[in-house]
Amino acid sequence: MRRVWREPLLVGGVAILLVLALAGLVGPLLVDPGLAEIGAVRPRRPPNPANWLGTDTQGRDVLAALLLALPQTLKIGLLAGLLGLGLGGLLGLFAGYLRGWVDAVIRTAADVAMTIPAIAVLVLVATNVRGMTVGLMAVIVASLAWMYPTRAIRAQTLSLRERPYVDIARLNGIGGPRLVLTELLPNLAPYLAASFVTAVSSAMLATVGLEALGLGPQNQLTLGMMLYWAQYYGAVLRGMWWWWLPPVAAIALIFMGLLAVSAGMDRLLNTRARVEG
Amino acid sequence: MASYVLRRLALLALVVFLAITVNFLLPRAMPGDPVETQLAQMSAGGGQTGDLAATAAAMRARMGLDQPLWRQYLLYLANVLRLDLGVSVAHYPERVVDEIAAGLPWTIGLLGTATLVSFALGTLLGGLVAWPGAGRLVRALSLPLILLSAVPYFVLGIVLLAAFAIAWPLFPVGGGYPFSYFPRADWRTAGLIAYHGVLPALSVVLASVGTWAIAMRGMVVGVLGEDYITLARAKGLGPRRIFLAYGLRNALLPQVTNLALTLSHVVSGAVLVEVIFAYPGLGYRLYQAIQSKDVFVIQGIVLLLSVSIAFATFLLDLAYPLIDPRIRAAHT
Repeated sequence: MRRVWREPLLVGGVAILLVLALAGLVGPLLVDPGLAEIGAVRPRRPPNPANWLGTDTQGRDVLAALLLALPQTLKIGLLAGLLGLGLGGLLGLFAGYLRGWVDAVIRTAADVAMTIPAIAVLVLVATNVRGMTVGLMAVIVASLAWMYPTRAIRAQTLSLRERPYVDIARLNGIGGPRLVLTELLPNLAPYLAASFVTAVSSAMLATVGLEALGLGPQNQLTLGMMLYWAQYYGAVLRGMWWWWLPPVAAIALIFMGLLAVSAGMDRLLNTRARVEG
Repeated sequence: MASYVLRRLALLALVVFLAITVNFLLPRAMPGDPVETQLAQMSAGGGQTGDLAATAAAMRARMGLDQPLWRQYLLYLANVLRLDLGVSVAHYPERVVDEIAAGLPWTIGLLGTATLVSFALGTLLGGLVAWPGAGRLVRALSLPLILLSAVPYFVLGIVLLAAFAIAWPLFPVGGGYPFSYFPRADWRTAGLIAYHGVLPALSVVLASVGTWAIAMRGMVVGVLGEDYITLARAKGLGPRRIFLAYGLRNALLPQVTNLALTLSHVVSGAVLVEVIFAYPGLGYRLYQAIQSKDVFVIQGIVLLLSVSIAFATFLLDLAYPLIDPRIRAAHT
C-alpha cells in the first residue's frame, strides 16, 4: 500500500478526480439551480461580478450550469464503468477459467465488438430511443465498455490459474465457484481496478461524443450537452469563450485525470510483477 | 499462411454480417412504429395527410413492413448487396448511396492523412524518448503531447478553432473549400482543400500522437534489453543504425497491431471533429442526418463506417506477416 503513494501519476490523477467529484457534490448545493434554467438571467453576458462565468444565449448562468452538469457526467461515467467492468470482468473470468469453446466464443465476441466503431452502434441505439435520460445513457454506453475489461481479466485469469497456489487449493478439494472466489478474485483485484479505470474512460468518451452529436438527454444538463448547445448556437464562432471554455476545460481535466490514474496503475502493476516475477 | 488469411477472412465476414444484421434489427427492436412517427412528423410539418389509415397501410407496403420478418431481412440483405440503402427523407429524392459517396472522399482524405502523420510522428517520438541518447527537446515535447492524448479529438478541435480561426484568423472556420467557390480539378482547388483541412487534421494529429508515443516507448524499452542490441553494439555499429534498424524496426511490429485495434476508436473520434469544423465528410453528414431525423442516411453511414473499418482492419492484419517474418514462419 505504501508503494501507492510513491506513484506521483496515480496520486495526482486521483487528486484531480477527487477535486472534480467534490466540486460535483458540493457545487449543486452552493448555486441556485434556478440560475441554470433557460431564461433565468440576461443572455449573452461576458463574465461579471454577478455571473462569474457569464451567461449563454439561452439565458443560463454558465457557472451554475457547469456545477450542475459535472455530477451528472461523472455519474454516467461511474455507472457505465461499473456496468462495463461487471460484465467484462465476469466474461473474462469465464473465458480464462473455463477455456475451450467458451473462451473462443467470448474472445471472438470481444474482437468483433472492438472492430465495430462504438459511435456507430451508439448512434443507432440512441436515435431510436425517445426520452433519453442520464441513467439510460449510462446503460447504453456500458454496452460497449466491456471489451477491454474482458480481454485484460481473461489474460490475467489464464496466467493465474496455472499458479502453484491454485494447484494446491485444487488438490485440497476446493473447486469451481469457491476456487474462483477465494483464490482467483483476490489476486485479480488490482487488475479489476485498472480495468475499471479504462472502462470509465471509454464510457465517458462515448458519452461525451454521443451528447455532442445531439443524442444525449435533451432535458438534463451534462458537460456533453453543454458543449452540444454551445456548438449548436455557434458559441465559438461568436467568440463567446466563457460559454464553451468551462465545459471543455472540465472534460479535458476529467480525461487527463483518468489517463494519469491508469498510467500510474500500470506502473504500479508492472513493478509488482517485476518484484514478484 | 493460408490458414491465417482464411481465419482473418472469416472474422471479416462475421463482422460485416453482424454489422448488417444489427443495422437491420436494432431499429425494429426499438419500441415505436416508424410509420406512425413519420406520419406524425408529416402532419406536424403541416403536410397534406388525407386518410391516415390508408396512408399508413400504403407506406407499410412500400417499406415492406407488412411482410414477415425473415422476408424483410432477406430483402434488406439483397438491397444492401445491391448498394440500395434507400432514399434520404430530408433531401427527398436523393439516394443515400449518393449522399455517402459525396462524403466519403473527404473523410478518407482527412482521416487517412491525419492518421498516417500521427502514427509516423508518434512512433518516431516514442522511440526517441525511450532511446538513451535522446535530446532534451524530445523529452520536453513528449509530456504535453501525452497530456493532450487524453483529450477527445473534438474537444481539442474546439480549442484550435477558437484559437486559430477566430482569435487569430490564420485558417478558415470550416467547410471543405470556400463557400462561394466551385471546385475544379486543378492545383488551386487542391491547395484550398488542403488549407481547409489543416485545423481538422491538426486536432486529430495532436490528440493522437501521444497515444502512439506511449505505446512505442514501452515497446522500445523492451527491445533495448534484448541480446541482439548488445551484439549490434559489440559489432561496433553506429548508434543511429542500431536505433533505426534494430530498435525501431523490431518495436514497430506490435505498433501495427495497435493501429488495427484502435482504428475504430480513431474513426469514432474523427466523426465529431468533422462536426466542429463543418467538414463535408461522413461525420458532418451523420450529424446533419441526426438533426433532421433522416433515418436511412443515419443507418447508411453507420453501416458504411462499420464495414469499412472491418475491411481496413482486415488489410492491416494481412500486412502484418509482411512486416514480421516470425509470423510468416509460424503460419507456414
